[in-house]
Amino acid sequence: MELAVQLIVYGILMGLVFSLIALGLSLIFGVMNIVNFAHGEFMMVGMYIAYLLSTFLPLDPLLSLPFAAGAGYLLGVVSYRLLIHHILRGPMVAQLFGTFGLMLFLRYLAMYIFTPDVRSVKQGILVGKTLSMGWINVDASKVFSAGVCVLAFAAVYWMIYRTKLGRALRATSIDSEAAKYMGIDTKGMNALAWGIGGATVALAGALLAHFYYVTPTVGMLFTLIAFATVALGGFGSIVGAFIAGVLIGLIMVVSGQFVSELKFSFIYIVYFLVVVFRPRGLFGW
Amino acid sequence: MLRVDKIKVHYEGIPALHEVTLEVNQGELVAMVGANGAGKSTALKAIVGAVSPVSGNILFNGKDITREETAKIVRLGVVYVPESRRIFGPLTVEENLLLGAFTADSEEEVRGHLNHVYRLFPRLKERFRQKGETLSGGEQQMLAIGRGLMIRPKLLMLDEPSLGLMPKLVTELFKTISLLKEEGYTILLVEQNVREALEIADRGYILQTGRTIHSGKGAELLESDIVKKAFLGL
Ligand SMILES: Nc1ncnc2c1ncn2[C@@H]1O[C@H](COP(=O)(O)OP(=O)(O)O)[C@@H](O)[C@H]1O
Ligand SMILES: [Mg+2]
Repeated sequence: MELAVQLIVYGILMGLVFSLIALGLSLIFGVMNIVNFAHGEFMMVGMYIAYLLSTFLPLDPLLSLPFAAGAGYLLGVVSYRLLIHHILRGPMVAQLFGTFGLMLFLRYLAMYIFTPDVRSVKQGILVGKTLSMGWINVDASKVFSAGVCVLAFAAVYWMIYRTKLGRALRATSIDSEAAKYMGIDTKGMNALAWGIGGATVALAGALLAHFYYVTPTVGMLFTLIAFATVALGGFGSIVGAFIAGVLIGLIMVVSGQFVSELKFSFIYIVYFLVVVFRPRGLFGW
Repeated sequence: MLRVDKIKVHYEGIPALHEVTLEVNQGELVAMVGANGAGKSTALKAIVGAVSPVSGNILFNGKDITREETAKIVRLGVVYVPESRRIFGPLTVEENLLLGAFTADSEEEVRGHLNHVYRLFPRLKERFRQKGETLSGGEQQMLAIGRGLMIRPKLLMLDEPSLGLMPKLVTELFKTISLLKEEGYTILLVEQNVREALEIADRGYILQTGRTIHSGKGAELLESDIVKKAFLGL
């Protein structure tokens, strides 16, 4: 019983991080129908920022959060302006390879700068601490991370559904040509989607670095998890990404308890089932 | 106000407009008529910067807007209400209208324009919370025009607003367009309902396979042989 509760709590906490990771992927797809294979690499950048600031400066890794988000935003916007914007008019395959190339570029750049060594954040007020909540114990860093992810997710949700800018973003995602006729700078909206995508996933990375190892290749696994999350939630659906993230977290943690080697395989079984039986996902279109 | 001078437009090398020349003066209602595929939509899209002419130029209030970005042209007050309405289906009626006010500066201003549109189209006010896609064809056209008015157009370009409407609604629509003209709007109207369009227009242009082949006062064009033969089946 205790184990079950513990697993469910961990599953939800991990899942909330997955939700924030998937948010940007879903948003970018929703606004311009492009799949960002470099999404996990944006996250990796956030992780290294947390690592660097806490290892080489006397800063708590928590203080790296705004820097990671800011760097992710810039990375997203710059990627859009320098690369994505130019490949959008190309055929689908060119777009796929475009973001795939961006993934390789960022990954091997990290390899060059940081070497393939596995690193971790060793110091910080939350690192390695546990919280006792009644009769279960949970990592303080996971509770905190999940909390920040929920707040960040809520902030983006609010921005998209409650502000004028968000309305323009939604209009662009529904019909970008008609949005242009409203006087909306649709390229600016695309860049904004990439900026939000980069900021949220890099923020998630800086949080994750509190309890997950950092390597130049860490991104791929999370890109794949984000894909599964977005497929389950429905491509382009913001609410879907949130709920699917939690479900994926639960599936991963619970199945991992029984056959730890296969925990990622289970995510793909779910992904497969969704694609076969409900291709639009839980909340798509 | 608007001067389009000998513009030529290609789609991937294939010519769609060969030579289109037209002019719209302040306060005028100008109709551009022509068969399907003549290039009417392309001409309006060129004016609003959605397609780029390979030659010729477009002046708006003396300013060259030939290769300007759409968002900037719209901000100058050149508003294009596209063919088949293109409303944002998943958004509510009011959200659609507020998108029209995207370029407005103050809340008060936006409220004022919203009230103006609701007075013009009370149906939209009744349905302001409904999703755009749940409206009937006629209501969607009101929404598309209302959304265009929210941008505070100096020049309002309507692309086949009567397309797909029932005859009764078509009559109503042309009344609305005349009313807008009386309110002082400058309008460039593209239509395949040649007779109705030329009846309410001050002046008209006839477009044929990418060329403005004829122009004149609305009433004169209606009487001309070329219109009678080509469009009215007389
Ligand atoms: N996006 C496009 N790509 C290629 N050709 C187009 C495109 N839009 C229109 N055309 C062609 O340009 C010509 C003019 O079309 P259009 O301006 O839509 O005419 P109209 O509005 O008078 O019916 C037609 O031959 C049409 O097939
Ligand atoms: Mg047309």
